[in-house]
Amino acid sequence: MDWWSWDRAIEVLPELLVAFVKVTLVATVIGSAIAAVLGLIIAIVRRTAPAFIAAPVHAIMEFIRMTPIVIQLLFVFYTFTSVDGMTLGVIVLGVHYASYMAEVYRSGIDAVPKGQWEAAKALSMSPARTWRKVVIPQALRTTLPALGTWVISMLKDTPYLTVIFVVDMVRQAENYGSRTFVYTESITMAGLIFLAASYPISVLLRRMEKRLATY
Amino acid sequence: MNDNIDALIAALPDLRSGVFITLQLTVGGVVLAFVIAIVLGLAARSPRWPARVPARVLIEFFRGTSLLVQLFWFFYVMPLFGIQLDALLCGVLALGLNYGAYAAEVVRGSINSVPKGQWEAATALSLSPARKLRKIIWPQAWAIMIPSLANLAVMLLKGTAVAYIILMHDLTWETDQLRQDTGNTFFAYGVGMIIYFLISYAMVLGANALERHAKRRLGQGPPKGGLFSVRITDKATTDPKPAANAGSGGAGVA
Repeated sequence: MDWWSWDRAIEVLPELLVAFVKVTLVATVIGSAIAAVLGLIIAIVRRTAPAFIAAPVHAIMEFIRMTPIVIQLLFVFYTFTSVDGMTLGVIVLGVHYASYMAEVYRSGIDAVPKGQWEAAKALSMSPARTWRKVVIPQALRTTLPALGTWVISMLKDTPYLTVIFVVDMVRQAENYGSRTFVYTESITMAGLIFLAASYPISVLLRRMEKRLATY
Repeated sequence: MNDNIDALIAALPDLRSGVFITLQLTVGGVVLAFVIAIVLGLAARSPRWPARVPARVLIEFFRGTSLLVQLFWFFYVMPLFGIQLDALLCGVLALGLNYGAYAAEVVRGSINSVPKGQWEAATALSLSPARKLRKIIWPQAWAIMIPSLANLAVMLLKGTAVAYIILMHDLTWETDQLRQDTGNTFFAYGVGMIIYFLISYAMVLGANALERHAKRRLGQGPPKGGLFSVRITDKATTDPKPAANAGSGGAGVA
């Protein structure tokens, strides 16, 4: 019995790539944009806001980070029934990963030397200006590789959108399998596409980490 | 609200069996991942290429392809080769291999970050390589790697929710049943998420205790942050040192 057919692998490839671009890539790009912005806002709020705001924000982040993304997707899906799955999925991915990225930003901000804050103060810069012009540019430099690894992680979490009936690449591969009763090629190809997308980025990030290391 | 409580009480046996499945997946996955992490992590830093290259390929392969792809592979493809696996076993294998590959990088990085003087001192005392690793290097690397491994264990627990996709009756499944019984999404999913949170939190507390124990054995003080601090590090960073420092306590490398 032939256990691998290149013809089938090539036949399934176009529909997988279409699903990859339309769902996986779109969700990852928009999701990481949400996560990167929201994460930074959370990190700054936790450092500057009074405790009665910072503490609940911290607690909510902790809760989001310690519960599965699958159950969060289902919860949001059944709560906001009028919004389409892809929109909800992207938002849930973004908020979930914002809770991770906030920690990355926090450690990046903590790593900015104290002298920088003092120098900004000595130049009588306003707090907003200090953040914008002094702290964040330096913090970003050290956090970029770590943020990148979370983006790769999100890329590989996009198949979970299938629980709220978004047909992503992996579901597409499964659909092909249930049509033809052969799963080997379609699911393997889906895995290889993930590998082809994530491995070069992770190599690049590792190189970037070495180059940006200052302290 | 009383209806919800009644439905919850009626659903308790189901929820309990759901939690049991989730815990089985978690424990099985963590044990398998730990074994894989040690084997691959040690092999990946071997100077001999017949050990190093296959380990690197396996690590990159299982990290690079998505967890769900691996799960579907065991679930749909293995039967075509005549290997029919139980759904629970599929879940344990996929979780163990996927997170084991991440953990292998943590093991490798932690061993590498043991100060060089320790290796040299052990060599100077003419300890055998196995003894050197077991008695000198591993206890120190172990204290460094616990926070990162604990994070991966929590991520693995969260990953067990994929079992819902292959129709296993785990906690996520039973939570959704409760939603259908009560018609109250907020209540049902609130219960489900709180249970997941409590399991995660228990795992973090356990890891903190382990870390304190490991550090005491090295004669180092307890990490800052105390019993109830929650620490998060970056699962994909290859070198665990900056990641460990990101947490509240960090791993104090002497």
